[in-house]
Amino acid sequence: MQSSAALEYDYSVAKLYMWTAVIFGIVGMTIGVLIASQLAFPELNYLFGEYGTFSRLRPLHTNVVIYGFTVSGIFASFYYAAPRVLKVSLGESKLLKGLGYLQFGLYLIAATFLVISLAMGITASKEYAQMEWPLDVLIVVIWVLWGIIMFGLIGMRREKALYISMWYYIATFLGVAMLYLFNNMEVPTVFFSGGLGHWYHSVSMYAGTNDALVQWWWGHNAVAFVFTVPIIAIIYYFLPKESGQAVYSYKLSLLSFWGLMFVYLWAGGHHLLWSTVPDWMQTMGSVFSVVLILPSWGSAINMLLTMKGEWNQLTENPLIKFMVLASTFYMLSTLEGPIQAVKSVNAIAHFTDWIPGHVHDGVLGWVAFMIFASMMHAAPRVFKREIYSKSLLEAQFWIQTTGVVLYFTSMWIAGITQGMMWRAVDEYGNLMYSFIDTVSVLHPYYTIRAIGGLLYLIGVFMFAYNFFMTATAGRKLEQEPQFRSPMA
Amino acid sequence: MFHWLEKNPFLFSVGVFIVIAFAGLVEILPDFAKASRPIVGLKPYTVLQLAGKEVYKKDNCIACHSQLIRPFKAETDRYGKYSLSGEYAYDRPFLWGSKRTGPDLHRVGNYRTPEWHANHMWDPKSVVPASIMPAYKHQFKNIADLETAYAEAVTVKKVFNTPYGDDIQPGKAAFEKYYKEKALPEALKIAKEMKNKEVLAQVQQGKIPEIVALIAYLERLK
Repeated sequence: MQSSAALEYDYSVAKLYMWTAVIFGIVGMTIGVLIASQLAFPELNYLFGEYGTFSRLRPLHTNVVIYGFTVSGIFASFYYAAPRVLKVSLGESKLLKGLGYLQFGLYLIAATFLVISLAMGITASKEYAQMEWPLDVLIVVIWVLWGIIMFGLIGMRREKALYISMWYYIATFLGVAMLYLFNNMEVPTVFFSGGLGHWYHSVSMYAGTNDALVQWWWGHNAVAFVFTVPIIAIIYYFLPKESGQAVYSYKLSLLSFWGLMFVYLWAGGHHLLWSTVPDWMQTMGSVFSVVLILPSWGSAINMLLTMKGEWNQLTENPLIKFMVLASTFYMLSTLEGPIQAVKSVNAIAHFTDWIPGHVHDGVLGWVAFMIFASMMHAAPRVFKREIYSKSLLEAQFWIQTTGVVLYFTSMWIAGITQGMMWRAVDEYGNLMYSFIDTVSVLHPYYTIRAIGGLLYLIGVFMFAYNFFMTATAGRKLEQEPQFRSPMA
Repeated sequence: MFHWLEKNPFLFSVGVFIVIAFAGLVEILPDFAKASRPIVGLKPYTVLQLAGKEVYKKDNCIACHSQLIRPFKAETDRYGKYSLSGEYAYDRPFLWGSKRTGPDLHRVGNYRTPEWHANHMWDPKSVVPASIMPAYKHQFKNIADLETAYAEAVTVKKVFNTPYGDDIQPGKAAFEKYYKEKALPEALKIAKEMKNKEVLAQVQQGKIPEIVALIAYLERLK
């Protein structure tokens, strides 16, 4: 066994996930810009016949970005950071390393089949859980493998207490496992019909209102355990590491962790306000959504205060810029969400473009920024090379920030306009607008959104280039940097 | 304070799981038996309608259209009576949607005809000039998958006691009998109302294009 002082970490699996994050990021966000443009310019629907309509591409966009880009980024951060906080290398166990490769291979197979099946229109139709049952089974296997690797590493650890990031990785593992299993309970029809029809077809275990309940219990909490919890794991490791500052408050991190765990899952009901689910559940969803501000802001403030006395780093280091702005976007998004979950606001906001607007200030400003920053922090350690270009990173930051701002401001205006027009009545109490009037009025906002998305995508290409050049052409480093990542 | 817990990964994980599972137990379990009761007179989908539902899922109409009318005057004025839980008792999965880029469809069968739907799917701008919806011309060519829809009917009858008649039985022979005696005549009626000659000719030859199944499903929404 190696002594912990001279520990060489094995990044083989981390590297693989880094590259898939780059590739799926480009693919998913390119489709995103295309579908945003299709809403402004419908002629773009006919680029690839049946397979190029907005409706077919929309789940492809969400799935590739969530399961391709984000989940790759999360796994990349896990395989990089978890061994470091546990003080154990993946390479120390042949078994765990092998399982890591297996997990990555199966992940790639699942992602490929997911893309093909969605393009073909094979779907279980539940949002963010569209995979049919054979893919669901494969995903469960991938997840279990991840669990084995995580707890295997924990079992081998040299650091006695689990660092905060590990709490969040464990929670991600458990939360997604529970939600995914229950939401994807399906009955494959092939076993009951005497072999009729497509073998991969299934029927949901739940019907109507119950199905909606389970789906949004999943849908909302998938946001929790894919977009929030693991990303907090990332910021708790990478911000202190990059800035050389200790986490501001241990008590605050405890409070916000257990608070988030307890409160988050109650809030799913806010997706079903004014629907046919029972009133008490709607109220519960509404109230807990507001309470959720506390643990969310707890983590964000804890991160911002970590920079106390060191704010000058913000002007000097683009990675700190990404992480601090990400924390700020997290605060914005977790304030906006509860506002939308208030019943009277929801009556206007629901079904409108304000909702995709809200999601995107979270995912573009918080999730993706943190993934970019974590990968760039890791790159010099993993490839043992200096970051290729600091000025490119700076430019990426400003272009993408402009993109996010255009995106969410246009969608706020679009959503509220739409919601108000739907309910507007004249002095005699008649509806003032037909539905199509509300579609036409959104054209300028859809155009602005597409431009915002395009700016963000340009930033992704800059990132990909910078990352590729760092890995291949960056100046070689003699020894691993302690804190701040060196950049040319 | 909690340092001891952070040194016990097993206890820690159990603790996390209990804390996150709690909300699900309280919110989801109590309502399960109650909410799925059908309203009086609600019939399960015919196989043709189920095949149409598959087309609705496949071309992902749910991306832009909701099927949930909220209890507001503006919505009931625009779309009709607000939605009730029992109306969805046979919807597996539910198709409420989360975004209205186009209007709600929960009662679209009340105010649109098969001919209107056919024109709308062939070229949306021909019926709504400012529409930003793409055309779905391929639905007129692709043949609907009635066998899978039939398999679904058999499955929900067996597993969830959905009240189908004796004509829904497992096996290839039962399906072919049903197809000839029930599904084709139902499709023929829709095809005639669509006033599209090619589609009608296809159905008369025994093949049902996706558009016919989709319209059968949309007509059912009322």
